[in-house]
Amino acid sequence: MVGLGALVVVLVIGAAASLAVGARALSPAEVWHGLFASPDPDQRLTEIRLIVRTVRVPRTVLAIVAGIALGIGGSLIQGYTRNPIADTGLLGVNSGASFAVVTVIAVFGFADPFQYVWFAFLGAAAAGVVVFGLSSIGRGAGNPLTLALAGQGVTVFLAAMTTAVALTDLQSLNALRFWNAGSVAGVGFDVIWPVTAFIAVGVVLALTTLPSLNLLNLGDDVARGLGVNIALSRTVGIVAITLLAGAATAACGPIAFLGLMVAHVARYMTGPDYRWLVPYAGLLGAVVLLVGDIVGRLVVRPGELDAGVVVALLGAPFFAVLVWRGKFRSA
Amino acid sequence: MTPGVRLGQVSFVWRPWMVCVTLLLAAATFLVFCLSIGIGDFPIGLSRVIATILGRGEQVDEFVIMDLRMPRALAGLLVGIALGVSGAITQSVARNPLASPDILGITGGASATAVFLVTVSGGAATAVVSTVGLSAAALVGGLGTGLLVYFLAWRRGVDGFRLILIGISVTAVMEAITTWLLTKADIRDVARAQVWLVGSLDNRSWDEVRVVFWCTLVLMVVVAAVAFQFKPLHLGDEVAAGLGVRFSGVRAVLLLCAVLLAAAAVSAAGPVPFVALVAPQVAMRLVRYPTPPLVASGLVGALLLIGADLTARSALPVTLPVGVVTAAIGGPFLVYLLVRANLR
Repeated sequence: MVGLGALVVVLVIGAAASLAVGARALSPAEVWHGLFASPDPDQRLTEIRLIVRTVRVPRTVLAIVAGIALGIGGSLIQGYTRNPIADTGLLGVNSGASFAVVTVIAVFGFADPFQYVWFAFLGAAAAGVVVFGLSSIGRGAGNPLTLALAGQGVTVFLAAMTTAVALTDLQSLNALRFWNAGSVAGVGFDVIWPVTAFIAVGVVLALTTLPSLNLLNLGDDVARGLGVNIALSRTVGIVAITLLAGAATAACGPIAFLGLMVAHVARYMTGPDYRWLVPYAGLLGAVVLLVGDIVGRLVVRPGELDAGVVVALLGAPFFAVLVWRGKFRSA
Repeated sequence: MTPGVRLGQVSFVWRPWMVCVTLLLAAATFLVFCLSIGIGDFPIGLSRVIATILGRGEQVDEFVIMDLRMPRALAGLLVGIALGVSGAITQSVARNPLASPDILGITGGASATAVFLVTVSGGAATAVVSTVGLSAAALVGGLGTGLLVYFLAWRRGVDGFRLILIGISVTAVMEAITTWLLTKADIRDVARAQVWLVGSLDNRSWDEVRVVFWCTLVLMVVVAAVAFQFKPLHLGDEVAAGLGVRFSGVRAVLLLCAVLLAAAAVSAAGPVPFVALVAPQVAMRLVRYPTPPLVASGLVGALLLIGADLTARSALPVTLPVGVVTAAIGGPFLVYLLVRANLR
């Protein structure tokens, strides 16, 4: 409980920093003014108000919402697959979304994120279900390597198909390269609110499955003996994962390794009880994505490094350390 | 029964079926190679192609074939062989039919290097490209990353499982860098980089063919020299050691050769996906052998790559890079492998 409180405090500090830091640095007083003051004839104050309300607030809100979604989604994927290597990036969710985005831009000529975000959602969900299904047929269920390689294969396949479409249509190539970087910036509230609604449903579903998830991890037979409806619990879990990961990816683009990273840190902090682990992972996800976004604004000033790139650069070495310390076993 | 043959210190098993299939594959590869040279905007008959290759062709054919079409076809042949053999080695060492050298970091490193050089114009980058060429620079980048993966995965020996996971993580870092470079670049450079990223045989020159030719030749000799210790390797560390294989040494040499072969291939054609994964598995099934056979894997790789290139430039309504076609073939094949491996 103390840990959760501390994470919330860190998150609030992070959010405040996220409002102040950027190409145009703002003082706390200026942020306060931008947030709460009524329109002012002063040119400089109007500008500050504009920056805070249309740039900083949306990206901060999205970083928190998407971070929570990816954190909870990541820890749920690991729980349901009983697979410590499961992650949205490795599950092909990201490449499915990219492919869908490029295809609808090339076919329908959509230019606004509000139009293609829904197709990204569908693509993400479809790819995730395919990889998950492939790796859980028969004997391979629960083998980390099968899941990783299935995800890798589907990702490479979809990436090549994405390229094929993008090369025939310069507009979609242009959209693709920015989308692929995975960023919380440049998305308006017209996209953020519906995405948040999806994520909220996903979070509620996720929280309701946690007690049965704990029992499922004792093994299917034990769980059935203790009165868990296994098929129902799995279905609800997969729907929740798809909602969370799909909605976050649709809004931000691919952000790999975040879910994997925070799920492991959360397990280290709380132990194996999913009722504690999942809330921790959600808050940690929000903190890491928020900090990643802030770091991205600082390192290559006045330019920016996209949050997805920062998280991958942090998360991949973290993953390598876990591998090296023998956290994953071949089944 | 399959009789054994002994020649001094070297002994091997005489397998008529394997030899026949391999010879047939070689013949098929040669045929597709000649077809690929003959088909184009200026079609040339098969007999004239063969005559020209043997040095007895007409002047017109000689120009079109030797100066225009031969580099592309040869690049396809060599890249296919290199990828096939590299894949066969990787799958044997990792003892996993789904492993391919793409996940050992070479592809990611070479891609990041190439995209960096294509998109960052001016100064040092332009100087590097004009002096050593994009291919050679990508080769160095790919090799560096491959070696990095190898050293990071080293912990009292190399273990296939750890190698794959470390490879995936290093590749992810390289992809993040590539993605970031692409967002910074001019859109025309992005299109150029994207063609490179999916693997293409367009506009190959004799220079590039020469690099991949010498690399492949030297490495194949090394592989052939240690390949007789190949089969015990597949049985696992303990059994191999019991049979008298110095497995850590042999495995290190073979894996290094696989990395170098893949790097040579990537430098010549870009990261053509799935050839290294599919070729050894197809070869294994064709020759009915329990582990990926080296020679047959190389030939299937060449057949696949040249065939895909032929399809990409003549059979499809729009001209696409060869990598798109190999991915279209390889993706479903991977699904098949997965389902089969799991249902057994």
